[in-house]
Amino acid sequence: MGSSAPQNSLEWIMLFLDKYGVSFLKGAALTLEIAVISTLIGCVIGFMVGIVQTIELGNSDPLWKRLILKIVNLFLSVYVEVFRGTPMMVQAMVIYYGSDTLFRLNLDPIAASFIVVSINTGAYMAETVRGGIQSINAGQIEAAKALGLRHYSTMLFVILPQALLNILPQIGNNLIINIKDTSVLNVISCSELFFTTSSVVGTYYRYFEPFLIACAIYLFMTFTLSRLLRLMEKKLQGPRSYQLATDFMDDTYGNGSSVIDMKKGFGGRN
Amino acid sequence: MKAEAMKNQDGSDIKRRANEWVEREPILEIQHLGKAFGDHQVLLDIDFKTYPRDVICIIGASGSGKSTLLRCINMLETPSSGLVLHKGKSVPATGVHTADYRSKVGMVFQQFNLFSNLTVLDNCMLGLRKVLKLSREEAKARSIQYLMKVGMAPYINAKPHQLSGGQQQRVAIARALSMEPEVLLFDEPTSALDPEMVGEVLDVMRTLAKEGLTMIIVTHEMAFARDVSTRTVFMDRGVIVEDDRPEVLFTRPREERTKEFLTRFMAH
Repeated sequence: MGSSAPQNSLEWIMLFLDKYGVSFLKGAALTLEIAVISTLIGCVIGFMVGIVQTIELGNSDPLWKRLILKIVNLFLSVYVEVFRGTPMMVQAMVIYYGSDTLFRLNLDPIAASFIVVSINTGAYMAETVRGGIQSINAGQIEAAKALGLRHYSTMLFVILPQALLNILPQIGNNLIINIKDTSVLNVISCSELFFTTSSVVGTYYRYFEPFLIACAIYLFMTFTLSRLLRLMEKKLQGPRSYQLATDFMDDTYGNGSSVIDMKKGFGGRN
Repeated sequence: MKAEAMKNQDGSDIKRRANEWVEREPILEIQHLGKAFGDHQVLLDIDFKTYPRDVICIIGASGSGKSTLLRCINMLETPSSGLVLHKGKSVPATGVHTADYRSKVGMVFQQFNLFSNLTVLDNCMLGLRKVLKLSREEAKARSIQYLMKVGMAPYINAKPHQLSGGQQQRVAIARALSMEPEVLLFDEPTSALDPEMVGEVLDVMRTLAKEGLTMIIVTHEMAFARDVSTRTVFMDRGVIVEDDRPEVLFTRPREERTKEFLTRFMAH
C-alpha cells in the first residue's frame, strides 16, 4: 500500500486505478461485449418474432396454414409477455439455476448472461418491430402489390428497410439500457463491470471510490455509443439533397434520344 | 401490337376506335361484381368490359363506389361476389396468379405511394428486377426510358420526399409504365395535387391516351374525361348508371341521375 494509507477519496481512486485498473477494464470489456452482441442477437430475434406476428392470412388461405400461424403466434405472445413482465435479474437466476436443476445443464455464467440478455432484448424488440412494421403507410404495401411483388419481396425491399430506419433510435436505446442492465448479472457471478467492482470493494471495504470509477466507465460507454448511433442514423437517412442527372436534362421528353429508343409503344409484354 | 400503337400516336383516330371497340376481344371483363363492407353494399352487380386501347373515365360523386371498383379490378379489394376475367380467365383473389395478373395491370394511386426508402430510379426498377426478373442494365434502361417520357429522368437520384406532388405522381406513372402493363388503372391521380400541378399530370396522361395505352381512370376532372376518354362511365350508389361515348354522355345523357350529377358538377 505504498508508504502510507490514502488520505482522501482522490488518493483512494488513484490507488484503485493503479492496483485494479486492468480488472475494471476487463469488467467493462465484458459488459460491452454482452451488451453489444446480445442486443444484436435480440434484434434478430425481435425481427423474426415481429415479422411473424404481422403476417396476415385471409379466409382464402388454407386452414392448416392459419392454424399453424395461430399456434405460433400464441407461443410468441407468451414469450413476449413473460420476458417483458419479469425483471431481468430474476430471469438470470431462473435460467442459470434452472438449467442446472431441470436439465442438468451446467451453464457457464457468461454463456447464461448472453442468453438472458438476448432473449430479454428480443422480447422488447419484437414489440418495437411490430410497431415499426404497422406504422408503415398501407399505401406502400398496396403499391408493391400492384406491381405484382410477392409478400416476401414487399417485406424485404419496401417494408423492412423503412421499419428499420424508424426503429433505429429504439435499437440504440436498447443497447444503452443493456449496458447498464448487465449489472444485474452479478447475481449469477458474471464477471461484468458491477461484479468486478464489488470484488474490488471486498479487499479494502471502501465502497464509494470503486463505484465512482464504475460510474464513470458506464457513463463513458453509454455516451460514446449514443453519439455513434446518432451518427449512424444520420448516415442511413441519406443525403438531404440529390444530384440532378444532367445527362437527361435537355431531352426530358425524349425526342430523338440517342441512348434509348422512345418510339417504343405500349401494349403489353407478349 | 407495338406497331399498331406507333401508328396511333397522333390520336386522331380515337373516335374511330371508340366506334369499333365492339369488334375486339376484351382484356378485362367484369361480371356481376359486388362488394360489401360489412352491411354496407358499395358495389352492386357491376358489368363492364375493357378492350385494347380503351380510355375509360369513371366519374361520379364521392362514395359512389368508383375507387372500390378500380381496387376490385386488380384485387386490392376482394370482391364479395362476381368475377374479374383477364383475357377470358377468372382472376383469383390471392396467390401467385394474382401477383402475376397484377404485374400486367398497373395502378397509379391518389397518394402516389412511391416507395419512400428508394430513389426515383429504384422505385421504377424494383418491379422490373423482382417481378419481371430483368437484368440490372435492362431494368435501368427501361426505367429511364419511361422516366424520360414523363419528364422525370433528371431526378433519378432523388428520394420521393424531395419532389413536389406533381413530380411524384409523374414518377408513379413512370413506375407503372415501366412494367409495360396491358391496362393502367388511375385512382383519382390528380385529387391530391395542388391546382397548379394538376396540368402536368393530365398532360402526361393525355399523351399516353394518344399513344394507345389502355387506361381506366377514376377522376373528378370532367373536362379531361370529356376530351380524352373513349368511353365515360357514370356511377352512382354502387351501380353503373350510364356507360357511353363522352360526346353522348356529357351532352345528351339518357339517365336523369347523370343529368343531375353533371349539372351539379358543372355548376361548381
